[in-house]
Amino acid sequence: MAESVPLVKEVIKTPKEVVEIENLSIGFENLKVLDDLSLKLYNGENLVVLGKSGSGKSVLIKCIVRLLMPDSGTVKVLGDDVNEMGRKELAEVRKKIGFLFQSGALYDSMTIKENLEFPLKRVRKDLTKKEMNEKVEEALENVGLSDTLDKMPSQLSGGMRKRVSLARTVVVDPLIMLYDEPTTGLDPITSDEISELINKVQKKYKTSSLIITHDIECARATADRIIMLQNGAVYLEGKVVDFEKSADVLIKSFFR
Amino acid sequence: MVKIIGPVLRKIPKIRDVKKQAEKLGERTFEQTRIANVFFSTIADFFLFLGRTTREAFSRDFEFKEFFRQCYLIGYKTLPLISITGLIIGLVLTIQSRPALADFGAVSMLPGMVALSIIREMGPVITALICAGKIGSGMGAELGSMRVTEQIDAMEVSSTNPMRFLVVTRVLAATLMIPILVLYADALGILGSWAGANIKGDVTFVLFFSQAFSVIDFLDLFPAVIKTFFFGAAIGFVGCYKGYNAGRGTESVGKAANSAVVLSSLLVIIIDLVAVQITDML
Repeated sequence: MAESVPLVKEVIKTPKEVVEIENLSIGFENLKVLDDLSLKLYNGENLVVLGKSGSGKSVLIKCIVRLLMPDSGTVKVLGDDVNEMGRKELAEVRKKIGFLFQSGALYDSMTIKENLEFPLKRVRKDLTKKEMNEKVEEALENVGLSDTLDKMPSQLSGGMRKRVSLARTVVVDPLIMLYDEPTTGLDPITSDEISELINKVQKKYKTSSLIITHDIECARATADRIIMLQNGAVYLEGKVVDFEKSADVLIKSFFR
Repeated sequence: MVKIIGPVLRKIPKIRDVKKQAEKLGERTFEQTRIANVFFSTIADFFLFLGRTTREAFSRDFEFKEFFRQCYLIGYKTLPLISITGLIIGLVLTIQSRPALADFGAVSMLPGMVALSIIREMGPVITALICAGKIGSGMGAELGSMRVTEQIDAMEVSSTNPMRFLVVTRVLAATLMIPILVLYADALGILGSWAGANIKGDVTFVLFFSQAFSVIDFLDLFPAVIKTFFFGAAIGFVGCYKGYNAGRGTESVGKAANSAVVLSSLLVIIIDLVAVQITDML
């Protein structure tokens, strides 16, 4: 299939830090999940956030798109604090963020084509019907599922659903990609395919990605930089090689 | 002296017992406060949700396509169930009433009596209760499972307003379609009554309907139709509220569907009571 016609993309001067989190704290009832956490996601990098289940990784990623409001701290996306924004401003910022949910979160009542068109119709109102079709087909072709256009999500396997979900996320040309456990529940071969797709998306769409995972193979394959969370705070930050060389017991238990 | 003071001292509870009782009282007070807190915050949450739904209903960018899809699902897909129910109501009412009326030699009043009871009460309430079971539980389960599988969150992060797309469309579709379903059920109920009258008698279609409509006037039909809009709004709103605010586990989907049916059925009965009181004053 031919590549779709180049679309007029909004010129955004991306700051060096696309996401900047400072002193973020959030808790539920008596449980402190994130405790004074600070981190930065730089333009064009793949940042992997590692941690045990329950260490607050998913909570962190949901604070970035304000699905959760923190108790304290700031979350700046493209230079603006999302917690200070009104609904319209927040909607504009969210248009620049792609979020791949752990479950895929495909809309059950819609076909795959309608799933991809859904965000496209709302984010890219400038597109004609033909351009929209081309974008949808291109996004599905990028994840190797161009023959699933008219299928329902229930007709796809777990891995296919994740790939379609990834296609739905990138179809709106986001600047920042947030991946919530992209390889959880998948077999090793499909996990490797998803990791490859994450790298492919980063190269093709020039995105900055924050990948939440506890899958070391996925971290190894995708990370430019890794941050490890423990008890709601940053435990260690570095490159893959730093983690592999670490003598720390907790790090070793992850990277053995 | 000991003989006098001894029994008195034994009656005074020990300090340890007093402390235990105070602790128990404290725990009970704390638990009751927590229950009251949950109760009042649920009511506040319910009205906040109602306010937000109303506000979103009047905002721009109305989701027409989704609204018409919901009208189709609520209206057209419920027709078979409503048809059977309406016919049976009319049939049963006629068969049950005929002997009593025959005792007083008032069989000729049967069409009017059945039509009046169907239009004023049986048709609206039974149709609304059937819809509360089918539509209310469907909305609760659908939105509940969307919440559990993060589909509502996905909508929100893709800059779509889930309240406008999911809730407003469903509530408005239910508000519009349930009165239509009730009128349809009323018509079928009277048709069922005619069929019932012909089991033991012989009455023509035209005669039966002219007798039935001769006793019905505008004040019988108008309040009955108006209250069905409120039935529809209540069923749609409760179904959406329960589903949208479902918890995170799969168990909460069942709970949302179940409580949507229970609460919307209860609201239908309460709205009916209020409507009857208001109609009575007219």
